[in-house]
Amino acid sequence: MMIFRTMRKVWATDPRVDPNPLVYTILTVGAILYPVWAQISTGGQGDFLISVLADAGVYILLAIGLNVVVGFAGLLDLGYAAFFAIGAYTYAFLASDHMVVTPLGEAIHLPFWIVLFIGLFVAAAFGLLLGAPTLRLRGDYLAIVTLGFGEIVPRVFKNLSVWTSGVNGISALDKPVLPLWLQGPWSGDSLEVVQNFKIISPMAFYVIMVLLLGICVVLVNNLRKSRVGRAWMAVREDEVAAAAMGVNTVRIKLLAFAIGAAFSGFAGSFYGAKLSLVSPENFGFTVSITILVMIVLGGMGNIPGVIIGSLLIYWVTFLFLPALPPLANEWATKIGLGGLVPPNGDWPGIGEEMHRLQFLIFGIILVLTMLLRPQGLIPSRVRQQELTRGVTEDQTIEDVNAETTA
Amino acid sequence: MTVAPSQPAPQMAPASQDFILKIEHVTKRFGGLVAVDDVSFDVKRGEVFALIGPNGAGKTTLFNSITGIFPPSDGRVVFNGRDIAGAKPHQAAALGIARTFQNIRLFEYMSALDNVRVGQHCRTNSKLWDSLFKTPRERQEERTITDRAMELLTFVGIQAHAENYARNLAYGQQRRLEIARALATRPQLLLLDEPAAGFTPQEKVELMRLVDKILAEGITVFLIEHDMKVVMGISRNIAVLDHGELIALGSPEVIRKDQRVIEAYLGKGA
Ligand SMILES: Nc1ncnc2c1ncn2[C@@H]1O[C@H](COP(=O)(O)OP(=O)(O)O)[C@@H](O)[C@H]1O
Ligand SMILES: [Mg+2]
Repeated sequence: MMIFRTMRKVWATDPRVDPNPLVYTILTVGAILYPVWAQISTGGQGDFLISVLADAGVYILLAIGLNVVVGFAGLLDLGYAAFFAIGAYTYAFLASDHMVVTPLGEAIHLPFWIVLFIGLFVAAAFGLLLGAPTLRLRGDYLAIVTLGFGEIVPRVFKNLSVWTSGVNGISALDKPVLPLWLQGPWSGDSLEVVQNFKIISPMAFYVIMVLLLGICVVLVNNLRKSRVGRAWMAVREDEVAAAAMGVNTVRIKLLAFAIGAAFSGFAGSFYGAKLSLVSPENFGFTVSITILVMIVLGGMGNIPGVIIGSLLIYWVTFLFLPALPPLANEWATKIGLGGLVPPNGDWPGIGEEMHRLQFLIFGIILVLTMLLRPQGLIPSRVRQQELTRGVTEDQTIEDVNAETTA
Repeated sequence: MTVAPSQPAPQMAPASQDFILKIEHVTKRFGGLVAVDDVSFDVKRGEVFALIGPNGAGKTTLFNSITGIFPPSDGRVVFNGRDIAGAKPHQAAALGIARTFQNIRLFEYMSALDNVRVGQHCRTNSKLWDSLFKTPRERQEERTITDRAMELLTFVGIQAHAENYARNLAYGQQRRLEIARALATRPQLLLLDEPAAGFTPQEKVELMRLVDKILAEGITVFLIEHDMKVVMGISRNIAVLDHGELIALGSPEVIRKDQRVIEAYLGKGA
């Protein structure tokens, strides 16, 4: 937390100093060192740790995409996981044996890289379909409609019987294949170039994930600083004024929505390939909310903040909270409260109690973070100003307005 | 510097046409309320035209009807010989009508420079693809956009505040920024809704000078203003609205002597 305090201080004194380059540097160096650290600290058994971070990468990808919709264009999308599901199922349909059991009767095995982009476009198309009628309406309606869409999509996949195998989901999805791959000591092999390399090792997934993330960050930053990005922010700030300045607001919002969906679909396809399994359970409302929390907590609108927020929330929801019950047992024993560990009458035992309290604890963590740092961990400077300055300036402007219209 | 279209805006009218804007029997109702009632007048190309009237007379509503924010319930808005009633706001902007707002509507959490950059949206055409991959074309266009935005900020005299958030500018600077942003759309007709509201006499003089400069660029100015000194000083023709009705129309001399205007508006000591 020290680093945040320093950053905040620099920020307060010189608004031109931008912490983002520093955060990007730390993230890049961290991404390179992490696998090394994981392997060394576990004595070569670090595959699990590497795999976990590759999974977190999927969520980072999702958060970066949702940030375009919510952070840039100011559209509240509460059903973002629906597009994630669409991407994942697209991969399952097009890259597994599953189609054999459907009326189609024949398996489809398209290459991973192609399906990634099909997933992207299919999700974007659904984004357009959903957005076209709803983005004409006011913001609140969009939130409700997306909420509904997010509930419907997993249910549809659950009930398409033989096409999706219902609750069982679809398994044994194809592993991605790289046309070329350099093998070496890092994967425990001798140095050689291999063709049609089947990606199974977590390390390979990790490398691909980091590269994809790097590309996405560059592209989204390009967008942010472009004509399109400015139009998004203008719509977020004042839709009427944006329209009067010549921005076709419906179209520009639709574009943000479709790009967000595209990210989600892309991430979904990748996720399907990595897990080799899709099931309707993985795409519920909590997923949409988790991603939203990631960007709000990290600093809405600011990509490095969003990445940090994603990592943190991923760690809390998928690693810390599940590990809490055994941890609680251990700590209780350590500090001499071992009596709390076993169940006793109404008392379910501290581990079970922690398990039941997961969401409460998660909520407390969120509330505390937002109280301590309402602008997000690494906010865009917009939010920074919004919350630290301007209140008095606002008032003077309103006063003048009041005077002149009175 | 030039603020006027360097290349003619798409639907440029023949130069011979005298009237840039013809309001023909425009009516706007909000439920039972008739905010603008069968109003007709013409704005000449290259003049300063003023619209005055007491609060609630329907002036802003008329601006909203012209710019497509609230399309008129009835009547025609003829811009450059073409009926644009019912056009969407962004279409009106693309045709060459720009505006400012009575209660300033800047993009508050964007820099002054970015505000003016957004104004150029409808005169630039980088596509998603160009932006994603920063193609040479897009880079070139971005440079042009930035240069022009700086020129416009200089034109209205707030270039020193280019990097500040719009919301952190002083009140008078915000009004100027709104004008710069509107000019960025390369308008032929500029609508100013009470541009001098809340200004000191000194600031009003500066604003009048700015209007002259805009006029010199070949842009027609159509403004709503309460201060009679400002209105009489810069406008060639004046229309007076009261309760949504046009009660007088003519040169400042005619308006000053008009009995109904004196009763309805000047008489109230405005
Ligand atoms: N969006 C709206 N909905 C309902 N009534 C409106 C709306 N906008 C303006 N009005 C009404 O129309 C009348 C004219 O308002 P306005 O055009 O703002 O007057 P002015 O600009 O001349 O002061 C007022 O009575 C106002 O209350
Ligand atoms: Mg008004």
